[in-house]
Amino acid sequence: MTRITFIAPDGTRYDVEAENGSTVMENAIRNGVPGIEAECGGACACATCHVYVDEEWTDTVGAPEAMEEDMLDFAYDVRPNSRLSCQIRVRDELDGLVVTVPERQA
Amino acid sequence: MTQVTRTDVVIVGAGPVGLFAVFELGLLDLKCHLIDILDRPGGQCAELYPEKPIYDIPAWPVISGQELVDRLMEQIKPFQPQFTFNRMVCALERLEDGSFRVTTDEGEVFEAKVVVIAAGGGSFQPKRPPIPGIEAFEGKSVFYAVRRMEEFRDEDLLIVGGGDSALDWTLNLQPIARRLTLVHRRPEFRAAPDSVNKMLALRDEGKLTFQIGQVTALTGEDGQLTGARVKGPDGEVEIACTRLLPFFGLTMKLGPIANWGLNLHENLIPVDTEKFETSEPGIFAIGDINHYPGKLKLILSGFHEAALMAQAAKRIVHPDQRVVFQYTTSSTSLQKKLGVAG
Repeated sequence: MTRITFIAPDGTRYDVEAENGSTVMENAIRNGVPGIEAECGGACACATCHVYVDEEWTDTVGAPEAMEEDMLDFAYDVRPNSRLSCQIRVRDELDGLVVTVPERQA
Repeated sequence: MTQVTRTDVVIVGAGPVGLFAVFELGLLDLKCHLIDILDRPGGQCAELYPEKPIYDIPAWPVISGQELVDRLMEQIKPFQPQFTFNRMVCALERLEDGSFRVTTDEGEVFEAKVVVIAAGGGSFQPKRPPIPGIEAFEGKSVFYAVRRMEEFRDEDLLIVGGGDSALDWTLNLQPIARRLTLVHRRPEFRAAPDSVNKMLALRDEGKLTFQIGQVTALTGEDGQLTGARVKGPDGEVEIACTRLLPFFGLTMKLGPIANWGLNLHENLIPVDTEKFETSEPGIFAIGDINHYPGKLKLILSGFHEAALMAQAAKRIVHPDQRVVFQYTTSSTSLQKKLGVAG
């Protein structure tokens, strides 16, 4: 199991155990993390599972692919560390990952 | 006098479930007219994930959203369904004789004995960009679509977005606008490369401005915009503008369905599981928009709901006819309707 921490807009921390191979978005939904809407269900077809990857983790997590960048155009307050959490797969190297949920989804 | 289109069944929504309903109703000799806010059939399959593989359509180990729509269109062709696209159904009211009148946002009127709501997650509507206070300007100086180009003549126009809508309207409105600025958050575009090249050529000629960034605030009074603040990689700039056209894609909203006098449960329409009829006899709801104990939002569940709904719809439209259950494999009369009788 890989540990992931979500920080909600109000500062509340959600520490969850995530299965490798699942997506970060799925773990947010499963654990009731507020602010992740995932309207399209993980098809990279909306931008409502937007998160900010903690600066220390951006290199390990990696950059979005072109399709995800396209979708990020629809997100609110996009920053260099913005990702769609449905496109981040949980793996061993992400143990301890911290992501912040933005104030609002698009 | 408004022209009235009469049909047996009006289907609100032309997604996969609305399309398959045409098939099930067609086998029972019911004619259908479908109305959809999008410009083509397919609903979410066409708009959200045309290229995405779907793995849970029976007998199709894998099929893309668009291919599923294309196959359904082929399957229902013998029943000659009529379509009205780019329209939202605004009003649904019962007439004295028990049938229904359906009115679109452009004023077209339809009358039918049965209405089937197959509206999925609701109607696709332009997404409101997350800019504080934007509501106050909507309809006066902020628009999400261009209905009449003249409204933008001699205005200082700000267009936001990087897709085809943003680029197409940049190119179309540039000649008539007093000044035009395009804002997009990055130098790469989703729009067709040809449009992007044309836009860049106009920029190089000094005919428009392209600014990288995101709009963070609007200024103006009484709904009249005077400027927008844009946060870019090099800090914030203020752009003077009198009209704003944001193109942030589409989202799904329940929309006017909430005003049709139907019982609702968390933006879904409760139905029975025998006929998939709503709280109003003669109005059915199938697919993702309905709710009942054990409901699963699967396309295949919607197909099943369409088949059962059709049996009940038949009894309403042709109360005098006996409904005989038949199989397409063996019934010559069904095969005739499908145009495959030997």
